[in-house]
Amino acid sequence: MMNDHDMLQATRRRFLIDTAVLAGAAGIGLSLATGPASATPASMRTAIRKVVGEASVKKGRLKIDLPPLIENGNAVALTVTAESPMTADNHVKAIHVFTEKNPQPNVISVQLGPRAGQAMFSTRIRLADSQKVIAIAQMSDGSFWSDEIEVIVTLAACLEGV
Amino acid sequence: MARALINVPAKAKRGEVIEIKTLISHNMETGFRPDNTGKPVPRDIITEFVCKYNGEEIFRAELFPAISANPFLTFFTIATESGTLNFEWTGDNGFSASESANITVE
Repeated sequence: MMNDHDMLQATRRRFLIDTAVLAGAAGIGLSLATGPASATPASMRTAIRKVVGEASVKKGRLKIDLPPLIENGNAVALTVTAESPMTADNHVKAIHVFTEKNPQPNVISVQLGPRAGQAMFSTRIRLADSQKVIAIAQMSDGSFWSDEIEVIVTLAACLEGV
Repeated sequence: MARALINVPAKAKRGEVIEIKTLISHNMETGFRPDNTGKPVPRDIITEFVCKYNGEEIFRAELFPAISANPFLTFFTIATESGTLNFEWTGDNGFSASESANITVE
């Protein structure tokens, strides 16, 4: 005979199994959808899709510079550098930056050309939460490269009242 | 008229990669913050920045509410010839500002 405790154990076990199965399925779905930029909330995936279309995004050739521990999310120094010779037939066309948990996934999109000389820019951004920041570079040959970084934010931006 | 600060080297060697820094005063209201009554304050941001070197576009940025107040941008270009760099910001509610800087290339 099963007492209450056993019942509870059984349901708990069942629940854990179900959750694991679900999480696994979700994980596979996500990785199929975005490749390297996986396991991110849907709005960011949509925003990235809008930029890259059906092309695959590879990791590398791009570097995000953000402090790993951020005390004030209202102004965070961000630098993105891409490795590229920046010649007429091999240069970075655009760099896009996305966040996972800000109210909007887009942060900035810059367009460069061979006249830039160096594929690099800096700005200051707002971060609403501890989250993942992703940068994607579009090269002149049509390929996309990405880098991502996890940051911890102690004071969030955007959400407090006036 | 919003106050803008531009930092461009006055002189450069031909072919040298120069750094350009820009800063403009703008509060970049995100549109997500509630006011005293709980309603969100309407969005008011700069949406676009363009830099032209002697009329030719060398850098363009599309800005979103996630850019901090007083947008600051640093980028690079190759000093090709003496002339003028033009900077233009446009945004919500008809916001528009422009600034220029001269450069001598030897």
